[in-house]
Amino acid sequence: MCDTASPNQFVKKLDDYIDSLTNKKENLIGVLHYAQEIYGYLPNNVQWHIAQKLDIPSAMVYGVVSFYSFFTMIPRGEHVVNVCTGTACFVRGAEKLKEELENQLKIKAGETTPDNLFTLETLRCVGACGLAPVMIVDGEVHGRMHEPQAINEVLAKYRPES
Amino acid sequence: MDIQLTINDISLTVPEGMSILDAARTINIDIPTLCYLKLNEMHYNNNIASCRVCVVEIEGRRNLASSCSTPVASGMVVKTDSLRAIQARRAMVELLLSDHPKSCLTCAKNQDCDLQSLASELGVRHISYEGEESEFEIDRSSSSIVRDPNKCIRCRRCETMCNEVQTVGVYSAVGRGFETVVKTAFDLPLSQTACTFCGQCIAVCPTGALTELDQVDKVWKALNDPNQFVVVQTAPAVRVALGEEFDLEPGTIVTGKMVAALRRLGFDRVFDTDFAADLTIMEEATELVHRIKHGGRLPLLTSCCPAWVKFFEHQFPDLLDIPSTCKSPHEMLGVLIKSYYARTLGIDPKTITVVSVMPCVAKKYEAARPELAQGSETADVDIVITTRELARMVREASIHFDHLKDQEFDHPLGESTGASVIFGATGGVLEAALRTAYEVITGETLEKVEFEVLRGMDGLKEAVIPIAGRDYRAAVIHGLGNARKVLEKIQAGESNYDVIEIMACPGGCIGGGGQPYHHGNLDILTDRAGALYREDRNKPLRKSHENPAIIGLYKDFLGEPYGERAHKLLHTSYVGRKKI
Repeated sequence: MCDTASPNQFVKKLDDYIDSLTNKKENLIGVLHYAQEIYGYLPNNVQWHIAQKLDIPSAMVYGVVSFYSFFTMIPRGEHVVNVCTGTACFVRGAEKLKEELENQLKIKAGETTPDNLFTLETLRCVGACGLAPVMIVDGEVHGRMHEPQAINEVLAKYRPES
Repeated sequence: MDIQLTINDISLTVPEGMSILDAARTINIDIPTLCYLKLNEMHYNNNIASCRVCVVEIEGRRNLASSCSTPVASGMVVKTDSLRAIQARRAMVELLLSDHPKSCLTCAKNQDCDLQSLASELGVRHISYEGEESEFEIDRSSSSIVRDPNKCIRCRRCETMCNEVQTVGVYSAVGRGFETVVKTAFDLPLSQTACTFCGQCIAVCPTGALTELDQVDKVWKALNDPNQFVVVQTAPAVRVALGEEFDLEPGTIVTGKMVAALRRLGFDRVFDTDFAADLTIMEEATELVHRIKHGGRLPLLTSCCPAWVKFFEHQFPDLLDIPSTCKSPHEMLGVLIKSYYARTLGIDPKTITVVSVMPCVAKKYEAARPELAQGSETADVDIVITTRELARMVREASIHFDHLKDQEFDHPLGESTGASVIFGATGGVLEAALRTAYEVITGETLEKVEFEVLRGMDGLKEAVIPIAGRDYRAAVIHGLGNARKVLEKIQAGESNYDVIEIMACPGGCIGGGGQPYHHGNLDILTDRAGALYREDRNKPLRKSHENPAIIGLYKDFLGEPYGERAHKLLHTSYVGRKKI
């Protein structure tokens, strides 16, 4: 998710993208998507920068970022762990799965581990109801996550080898 | 094309595209509203249909419709007063109240609150819904505006005003669902944003979510301090609006009663900001002549309005050299009270408290600007209260305002001409400046002192005025959105004006953010402006340079207009600020 480029290169990349747009003001959401892809999240200074480039009030940018749950203003870890809380997963123990992940990662949903390795989030149905309950790590779906041991094994795959 | 429909069994024909609400109003059927607000004179239209208070029943439709946002249709049958509509409206208000502090008795907006009036009008006697209540921090960071998001009903009137009319864009709806509230960018305190403190958000806020920073107690304290000599000054626009607070007709001139009330409150001297308005004309007209003579940058922009000053500091930091360097009139009077007048009386300026009564909340912020204390050891002006706050003091002192006998301002800083009183209406500063500029430049008497072309509510008024063989290109602007358009032209080098008057508020200071609430009726502004022009006609002297007290001030104390001492005391500088 995170680029290895320096912040200056991030700004250049973002500015080039904005400059390539014909209708800048109308493309706020697209620009925010792009910025989040580069930075991993949308800190205040990036939002302010976008507001200046698009010549719109920064309060408006902040309003849009705060409205859509896709956008985040908190830095995200290297790996994003999502728990599906859709109906099928809910019925088959999504809540227990979430609690187990919170236990093992020692963070609450919405937070990031102090070593910046994992961010834990929840989302709605990913269409893998047959495998409920599921967790998704960096887009990869892991099904039937009932046992703490199985959960631990999935997480281990993303930890750097020591 | 015209549309025929029926509202409450009355058949009517209205133009296509009209809302049900407006159609009903053409036949005197009123539908209660809350978030909806349309102010044609300033192109303000808050029509987001968020409160659902104006719902009506339409035959053949399953759901109730918000009448503010639903256009009429041919053959439509509307019921505005059905049991279902009435109950739904009451339920809406109950839901709003379920997440609203129940502190009406101590709220600054008590008896001036649209939500409160609506609850009373709709007969809300209990709140059937109990549940979570929002908890937000109150923003008291600025010297002008207090923001209490707990009282926000998400009508977004402030946001529409700030974004679309003033183009400052400080507010936005933030978050979603129950947590949504109108906030600043990144939850910054208002003092750290590009807010100009024009206070137009306060003027349209239906509740107590936005109010002025209350300084009444500070004034009471000064008045009761035996070691303080407390001097008050009143802006031109206050005298034509204060009466409204005491149920007098809009446009009633209450200058004499206001002076009497201020004496009764205990002020040691009652001076008139109008005096300093005459002084501003002397300084600004001389500055203009100086710039033309020495090839200085044009146009000269007026600098009486602190909200406008803060606007260009944030939005056009590259144009800081074109506004006039004149301080605003009340700041000029403040510094003169603490220098010239203190010397006359032989008292220490530190024992003088200067209180300004202004139609404005930005003047509160302005008085706290650090550079506005250069001429004296203390700030030029110590406390600023609004027209509304003065009315409160009069009520707190149990003064029967309408029974007061007229009194006169104190001498010499209470003397003024008709030119200064029209400062309160858009176009007034320029008109006053032209009266003086004409006579100073030509040495001839100006017979017709009224410049009708500069009066009225148009957002941009232009005139070419020939004086001594040179055409002076002048413009008058009110509303910051209108100002932005012209400033962008100046930036692009596409403007050829010589002088521009700019005021942040619609109508000028008569429509200021500290004036009695208009509750959506802008006809009041026209009445107030009419009163100012009447006051001008009633004055024996109508040109600033004829004010004998001004002539005396230059002779005894200041020296030349735009001279060294005038520069030190009456002029200021500006700083570039960040756009956020």
